[in-house]
Amino acid sequence: MNQVASTNVTQSLYRRSARWLWIAPAVFLVLILVIPTTAIILRGATFEGFRDVLNNSTIKQALWFTAWQALASTALTLVVALPATFVLSRFAFTGNRALQALITVPFLLPTVVVGAAFLAVLPSQLHYTATALIFAHAYFNLTVVVRIVGACWEQLHPGIEQAARTLGASPLTVFRTVTLPLLRSALATASGVIALFAFTSYGIVRTLGGPARSTIETEIYTRSVLIGDMPGALALSIVQMIVLTALLWWWAKRHRGESVGPQISVVQRTPSTRSQVALVYGIALATAAVVIAPLSALLWRSLTQTTPDATRFTLSGWRAVTSSTTLGAISTSTLFALCAMVIATVLGLMVALGVAYGSPRFVWLERISVLPLTVSAVTIGLGILITYDTAPYDFRSAWIITPLAHSLIALPIVVRIVLPVVRQIPRGLQSVASSLGATPLQTWLTVDRPLISRAISASAAIAFAISIGEFGATSFLTRRSSETLPVTISRLLSRPGDALRTQAYALCVIIVVISMIAIFLIDMLRPSRKAK
Amino acid sequence: MLALTDITLNYEGRTILNNASLSVARGEIVSLVGPSGSGKTTLLRVIAGLEQPSQGNVVIDGKLMTGVPTHKRDVGLVFQDNQLFPHLCVFDNIAYSLRIKRVSKALQIEKVNEMLSLIGMEDLAHRDVGQLSGGEAKRIAVARALVADPFILLLDEPLTGLDAELRDRLLEDMGALLRTRGTTVVHVTHDHNEAARLSDRVVDVRTLGQSGVQLQ
Amino acid sequence: MRKYLLALISLSVIAMSCSSSTSSTGSSTGSSTGSSTGSSTDSSTNTGGALEGQVTLTLLAHESFTPTPGIFDAFTAATGIAVEIVLSGDTGQLITKAVLTSGNPEGDVLWGVDNTLLSRALEADVFSAYQTPNTTFMNASLLLDIPGHEVTPVDSGDVCINYDIAWFKSRNIAPPLTLDALTNKQFANLLVVPSALSSSPGLAFLMATIAEFGTDGWQPYWKSLRDNGVMVVDGWTQAYNTEFSGASGKGDRPIVVSYSSSPPAEVIFADPPVDAAPTAVASLTCFEQIEYAGILRGTKHEAEAKLLIDYLTDLTFQNDLPLTQFVFPVHSGAVLPEAFTKYALRPENPLRLEANVIATNRTAWIDEWSAIVLK
Repeated sequence: MNQVASTNVTQSLYRRSARWLWIAPAVFLVLILVIPTTAIILRGATFEGFRDVLNNSTIKQALWFTAWQALASTALTLVVALPATFVLSRFAFTGNRALQALITVPFLLPTVVVGAAFLAVLPSQLHYTATALIFAHAYFNLTVVVRIVGACWEQLHPGIEQAARTLGASPLTVFRTVTLPLLRSALATASGVIALFAFTSYGIVRTLGGPARSTIETEIYTRSVLIGDMPGALALSIVQMIVLTALLWWWAKRHRGESVGPQISVVQRTPSTRSQVALVYGIALATAAVVIAPLSALLWRSLTQTTPDATRFTLSGWRAVTSSTTLGAISTSTLFALCAMVIATVLGLMVALGVAYGSPRFVWLERISVLPLTVSAVTIGLGILITYDTAPYDFRSAWIITPLAHSLIALPIVVRIVLPVVRQIPRGLQSVASSLGATPLQTWLTVDRPLISRAISASAAIAFAISIGEFGATSFLTRRSSETLPVTISRLLSRPGDALRTQAYALCVIIVVISMIAIFLIDMLRPSRKAK
Repeated sequence: MLALTDITLNYEGRTILNNASLSVARGEIVSLVGPSGSGKTTLLRVIAGLEQPSQGNVVIDGKLMTGVPTHKRDVGLVFQDNQLFPHLCVFDNIAYSLRIKRVSKALQIEKVNEMLSLIGMEDLAHRDVGQLSGGEAKRIAVARALVADPFILLLDEPLTGLDAELRDRLLEDMGALLRTRGTTVVHVTHDHNEAARLSDRVVDVRTLGQSGVQLQ
Repeated sequence: MRKYLLALISLSVIAMSCSSSTSSTGSSTGSSTGSSTGSSTDSSTNTGGALEGQVTLTLLAHESFTPTPGIFDAFTAATGIAVEIVLSGDTGQLITKAVLTSGNPEGDVLWGVDNTLLSRALEADVFSAYQTPNTTFMNASLLLDIPGHEVTPVDSGDVCINYDIAWFKSRNIAPPLTLDALTNKQFANLLVVPSALSSSPGLAFLMATIAEFGTDGWQPYWKSLRDNGVMVVDGWTQAYNTEFSGASGKGDRPIVVSYSSSPPAEVIFADPPVDAAPTAVASLTCFEQIEYAGILRGTKHEAEAKLLIDYLTDLTFQNDLPLTQFVFPVHSGAVLPEAFTKYALRPENPLRLEANVIATNRTAWIDEWSAIVLK
């Protein structure tokens, strides 16, 4: 079959529409990212700043630590997440969706909360160590593997693996020689995202790594905000941008054009043999336990007060939550998260479709879309502050800035989740649909859309999560005239007194519950994988 | 009827089809044979509108097809590798074109059930397409292409990859099905035996463009 | 069909929520931040000044600024000026933003720059000078650092060593009462402090040691603290809530760097109520932190901003400070609540450093400190 020569009308129409898709995301990136970043660099960066930063031994150390903890975090995340991903993407079993939603929860939590939860379950020898930090990164990023690799894994035809079994390969060999190579592109995407998150992680490093372990991102914050050394902070920010951008482009180049073959299957087996049942539920339960342990510590702390002599139950924290103005923070957080989710998902989808269906030249769009992850949030925030400060463009106090900033961070993730799946749709299906009388629009609605809907819902969930848990360096991005939940929590935790503490932990539990409901609803929106 | 005149298609400097001409009468089953790489599949895709020829015309039912997109050509194409929609069950795969044409629900059910019984697969209506055998998948692909009664059915190596016994049976079933319905068919295969058994006329694709071998 | 319905519903919810956010943001300002200038003024700022001629001042503050809701009602009633409170980040963030927007400020008045970080704001010429008549009611020592009246003191507090009373009692050990004592082997592995790099009380504690041991003596002191097993954590929250044993019994270190107002806070927020604070302050270890408010240079409402500074330093507002923000008023006529007079210990001679000494050395001290303690 000569598919390469295809001048199929549907596909060429896709391509023509794709030509315009880049405009909205590009405008968004230029306005929210490029202009502000350039403005702050032009304003504050100096040659001396570079010289000082590059000669500073603390910073060399920080660079080294940042890199190795990012790699270690990525490796650990893959090791913990892959068994769960396997089970969740290959088997239909009771609790599958619930477990997926559960695994997403750590990602939703403000890093302040993940830190508190982790300190609660880790033995005290591990407090403020690199180990604690790496464990927390893995815990936080589990869902990235499950969602990105899972979306790909469940489309792998089991026949390919079965074929390998008949050729004499043991299950492990099959995994190593067949499954893993086929998942390579998804694994590369997920590892890239996790490494990037770990590289630029701020809150977890601050709370769990302890003050002695600084990364580039925390150094940028320390220099700009705490010491007031703006040239130094900007120099570091530029160094980080260059290093990460170079790494990302190299990574993209290495893995370009990789995709899973045309075999696609959306069947999930029910575990049948006894050993399969044991394997599936074993892995599922173990993963659930790992996720739940720190979370239950939060619930426990919202309900108890410990004195040296005794631990007693109390509902005062919960009473304070329901009666007080924290309800306002809850609704603000939810609304911001919904807005950020819609913006990031729509723009991300436009980028993915533009890149997948548009001419090969649009690869630049994919590369640009990753930039928000490489620029330090402090830099973006300060940039916006000094860029949009003159009437009629004084947006410093506009509420929309917060969800816009959140969607800027979520955008690269959305692109990374949706794009491989769009690329994986066999072009033959579009041909067959048009031969059956479907217009290009109908083809998109009845073939492409259902096939990528899972990826869209996954990325929407992650965008929602990023927004609702966002705190730390991006709290900078806006001057806040209404509190979000993470801010309320950190405010409550930063005062002495048991009553406020139980209230803060009760709010953490509320974030978990809201997020689980949201994720569950978003998952419900996508069509069922099982045939009706 | 279907008429192809002087179809030429170049791709990346290579000539894949050179002045190919062919005409097929209503209700006729024509087999195109030839080794792989001889342009058989490409010719089918040109008829379907999936490829734009560099020059030449396609006329279906007296209408010039130049510039007419695939979905307006009223052709059915059975792909070599079936290309069943993985997200739809057997019933929904077959009903696809009816749904696109906004046929009423009741008529959809009637027509799909008719197809299912013609191919002897009434029991599998709600099966997931991932769980079908090769023969079953092929029958569904044919049924899906036929259900809306296209003006021309295009079969691209429909029996490749199936075992001998199954091929025999499918060949017979398909032949009977197509003849009862009086469908116009262009069938592409590299197997002369298959071509001879299914069709009214066998044409070697390599002869299509040679002067003096104009086939009418 | 159900899924389309669901999708439709969720989309409309999203559309609604996006469009309604503007108003909900506005209305929750008053309630959640406790600014409450009356809902009418809040909405007037959002609709672009529906009430003609009324000036609304924007008061920028850090997130610990939590006065009693409605506290500015009296100010609005007396002057006709409304107040909108905008909270953002911690003191460091507040100052960073003020420095970057110097001359074109985000608001009219800024609350919350303290004496450890004041020089950063002064160097960037963030403020417009003003001397409120209320300075006559202030202790002269509060005004030492600001001869030009660029800013006005609004509250003060002390960063001190706090300890867990029960822990020392049950072991029959005397708690450490001086900074020097902390290097004693008896107190090995008992102290937790927030980092000077990332926390305001952490920085204040570093300055306490510099004030005590001198600009050449503090380095050896910190080396011996380190040898004695001091634990340095990122911020006050972790030090106090996670590692300190006195607050909730979770941590296992009975000595912590916190505030002189922490013991009364433990009493006020205790549940169930207690008669005595579980923690106490070592008064010889205290470093004085003064918080200032100032008029942001470039404001269009300088005259009104001066009235607000007067109000912030007047008795109504000053009396509200202890119980809402756990700091001490600067107005000598302010009345301290019972919990404060009973459980808060105000050091008579807190440790101090001059503002210009801090200004010239802060960055170098922090670098030196991290080299000693964090390596």
